[in-house]
Amino acid sequence: MLVRCGYPIPMNSDPDPLVTFDGVSLGYGEFTVLRGIDLQVMPGQVVAMMGGSGSGKTTLLRAVTGQLAAQKGSIHVFGEDMARLDGEPLRAVRQRMGVLFQAGALFTDLNVFENVAFPLREHTHISEQQILERVLDKLQAVGLRHAAHLRISEISGGMARRVALARAIVLEPELILYDEPFAGLDPISLGITAQLIRTMTDQLGCASILITHDVAESFSIVDQVYLIGQGRLMAHGTPKELSASQDEYLQQFLQGRPDGPIGFHYPLTPAFERWLAARRAA
Amino acid sequence: MSALSQRIAALGHGFVSMITGLGAFARLFGAILARSGVVLRRPRLTAQQVHFIGNHSLLIIGVSGLFVGFVLGLQGYYTLNRYGSEEALGLLVALSLTRELGPVVTALLFAGRAGTSLTAEIGLMKAGEQLAAMEVMAVDPIRRVLAPRFWGGVIAMPVLAAVFSMVGVLGGWFVGVVLIGIDPGAFWSQMQGGVDVIDDVLNGVIKSLVFGVVVTLIALHQGWTARATPEGVSRATTRTVVSGALAVLGLDFLLTALMFAH
Repeated sequence: MLVRCGYPIPMNSDPDPLVTFDGVSLGYGEFTVLRGIDLQVMPGQVVAMMGGSGSGKTTLLRAVTGQLAAQKGSIHVFGEDMARLDGEPLRAVRQRMGVLFQAGALFTDLNVFENVAFPLREHTHISEQQILERVLDKLQAVGLRHAAHLRISEISGGMARRVALARAIVLEPELILYDEPFAGLDPISLGITAQLIRTMTDQLGCASILITHDVAESFSIVDQVYLIGQGRLMAHGTPKELSASQDEYLQQFLQGRPDGPIGFHYPLTPAFERWLAARRAA
Repeated sequence: MSALSQRIAALGHGFVSMITGLGAFARLFGAILARSGVVLRRPRLTAQQVHFIGNHSLLIIGVSGLFVGFVLGLQGYYTLNRYGSEEALGLLVALSLTRELGPVVTALLFAGRAGTSLTAEIGLMKAGEQLAAMEVMAVDPIRRVLAPRFWGGVIAMPVLAAVFSMVGVLGGWFVGVVLIGIDPGAFWSQMQGGVDVIDDVLNGVIKSLVFGVVVTLIALHQGWTARATPEGVSRATTRTVVSGALAVLGLDFLLTALMFAH
């Protein structure tokens, strides 16, 4: 028997995907960042979204949370079409997710304990004693039980990310989104956090989506990898499949080689040319 | 495009921006009112804000009230003494404070102290993705953050204005009675006989309530719409003081004309 977020489900059931992207284009205003994205995330999976800086990884995450609508195609989360959701139905879908933000986004007027307790106070009616136990349990998992009383201004950047991680998982959601979960962590915290993500997903039967650059650490825990670049989905598969691939783009990214199809320099645009011409004419 | 038509276009653009801004302001007000049920369901959130906004403004309000009372006592005495009516000093000080100076000066100080603090707090929450994080956590930031702060400001303002007026009256008494030597019985009895609870005190309370709504709403709106950068937050806090002060002075004229026309 598998347990998904506290609810037992039969092992022989064929679960529906939690997240489905079908021919999705994403962007801001008239500018399109990503085109033709197809992906699926199943319950129990840890999926990594990888790509270079500015490739659109966070844009993908914003689409899953409903912060950004698809320009084309359809996005379904928990079977719901995100384009049709607004107000309470959107909030109902979001209650089933946990999100670790890139910058942590901790509430600076609350201390560590209250930050982690925040989703419990907002969405549950459990007693103060239960809140205390549950929050300390999650802080224990990220190694910060004894930092519960500290103010956010008193903790380091790495600790803040671990607090944000505890807050993302405190409601034991069905889908957890991690935006750069390994950034700013020391090697010990990094290894423990990676294992925590895997263990959480296995124990709860939830799905986890990681937005990350960290090839070595993420390949050790994920089931599927989606690599994005040049405004589209470049490759996807298991870590083993991707490691064995002879694709030049993929190998340059995985091995971090400076030369190859992935350009280091930001591409030349007409806007830059106009700006430079105006500067020179001045 | 000629220079003249460019100016006309800029004027039109400025007018459209102003109307759009007023519309956004009114929409935010409506959104906060529609989500104000949280004040009754979770009174602790609002109580925290009353404490934060009110308590932290108490010192500046008290000290300012005292000095305004001192000045009223002195200026009032110099003027009334010319006509031999210095016993009416208590009445002059009390009416000036309850009708005008209490609500108006408190609102101006409130905009500078609590208003800027609210704007900076909301603006920095926006810059730090805290408001976005709340939305993604299925928590409505207008309900959770703005509504308790709005009602905290509306509740704190009349209380602060009352403290200002009370301390101001004590300041006037100190200068008039203790330093100058006016008869204390005349000072207090003139005040008691001449100040009307409905016409003077209640109208003053209504004024401070209106100022509380407007100044707090301006502060929240500026924070909510601030650009999520240090420069954006800095500009928003400045706009809170300027817009808040102008709104208070303009509204004071309107309210005074309505309340004391007879």
